[in-house]
Amino acid sequence: MTPGRLADGLTAAAFVVVFALGMGLIAVDPLATAPVRIDIRIRYSHFDPAAVTVPHGQPVTFVLHNNDPIAHEWMVGDDALHVAHRTGTEPFHASRPTEVSIPALSTVETTVTFDDPVAWRYVCHLPGHEAYGMVGVVNAR
Amino acid sequence: MGHNNSPSRSRSSRFIRPFGALAGALVALALAAGPAFACGGLIGPNGAVNLVNTTTLAGYHDGVEHYVTSFEFAGGGGQFGSLVPLPGVPSEVVRGGDWTLQRLVRETDPRGELDSAFRLEAVPAAAQVLLEVRIDALDITVLRGGANEVGQWATDHGFRLPPDAPEVLDFYATRSPIFLAAVFDADAANERGQALGEGTPVHITIPTDNPWVPLRILGLGKSAAERVEADVYLLTDNPPRMLPNPSSAGNGLFLKHYAPASAELLADLRADAGMGWVPESGWLTKVAIDAAAADMTFDLAIDASGRGEPSAVRAGLPPVVDGIARASSNLDWLVAAAVVLGVGVWFSALTLGRRRLAPPNAA
Repeated sequence: MTPGRLADGLTAAAFVVVFALGMGLIAVDPLATAPVRIDIRIRYSHFDPAAVTVPHGQPVTFVLHNNDPIAHEWMVGDDALHVAHRTGTEPFHASRPTEVSIPALSTVETTVTFDDPVAWRYVCHLPGHEAYGMVGVVNAR
Repeated sequence: MGHNNSPSRSRSSRFIRPFGALAGALVALALAAGPAFACGGLIGPNGAVNLVNTTTLAGYHDGVEHYVTSFEFAGGGGQFGSLVPLPGVPSEVVRGGDWTLQRLVRETDPRGELDSAFRLEAVPAAAQVLLEVRIDALDITVLRGGANEVGQWATDHGFRLPPDAPEVLDFYATRSPIFLAAVFDADAANERGQALGEGTPVHITIPTDNPWVPLRILGLGKSAAERVEADVYLLTDNPPRMLPNPSSAGNGLFLKHYAPASAELLADLRADAGMGWVPESGWLTKVAIDAAAADMTFDLAIDASGRGEPSAVRAGLPPVVDGIARASSNLDWLVAAAVVLGVGVWFSALTLGRRRLAPPNAA
């Protein structure tokens, strides 16, 4: 295929796609292809922001920036989860998207889907961190 | 999930408390003997109190600050440590004298007993290493670096820093990026036959313009309501001026002793190991600290000459508190007012001039 014919082919294909989009034959849901991204920064052992609102029923990617020279955690869930972690002994959290360890001066991403429109707390459960104010709320709407 | 109700959690909340007394502004931090548990305590299996800081002397003579403090072994095993902010790079860190601190206590407290409240339990980037020295069972490292670098170094070396550490380290590193990390090897202390309650005195020599005592770090790891209690002894050539002023009410500092040092005291101190720097005459000051941790947001700046103003920057106070800064601020307002007034006068003159030059209204 000559370059000229290739260009013609691509143009035709593009025309078909644009036409199909215009006719509603191809449905594109931007949220389905690009999860909602929420940046949460940690500085001086506090979350910023300390409250976020996200859509329920679709994946939300949390980008957790730890700007402190000490490790932190981001645990999101109901009261039962937080009660368990207050007395837990798990050294590192990496296997569940709702339970994340963030090493010092690093960034970690995790993607969570909140099935129901409820408010969940996120907390750092390292010793003393929750009492120091390292808590926040995810409002799934 | 692997969670349980291990009591280690409550132990961890104990070990991160400073072991107080400082005067030397020494704060005990746990060093994880093994992998740290993220969800719970990280202290060793016994979780015992291992290190107690007693009291500290900050002496100043011939442009050199002499910190003398002591780490008291209180039993247990594993490693425990502390971070101490310093006003400058030490020229020397050596074993301190054998009786200096005890002699100071006896001078200001005839009973010769430390208040039990001062014997708090210490349950237990690339920072540049400037100095490493071993004193008995104590490994000491002097570091230069910002808050992140020193914090990272501490983490890499097993320190478990409390949640307020990032802000407190920043508070110090922005003014003097020099820290002393002391790691107490309790196992080595046991092997040496170090008895419970036996202290390891440390003498830090720091060339500096004026002595300075870090106080805010005493609140590291404490809740806002917890008390910070400590004694600071100053030995200077002249009656020192201090900021904040311990005589002022409400700042948590209490001036307990402020008098010429007796010849007997100076002679006794001078006779101790490494204390030959003690002059023939001097001024002895004792400042007691008793404040809620949340209120301990400053350090003790000192003008050893007694004729100048202690630095607000060294005290870690906002510039507005500093008299010079306040005067400067007032001057700024005066200049601004003069400029506004000048512009107004100029504008009025210009308007009047134009009115005078304008032709009479034809109407």
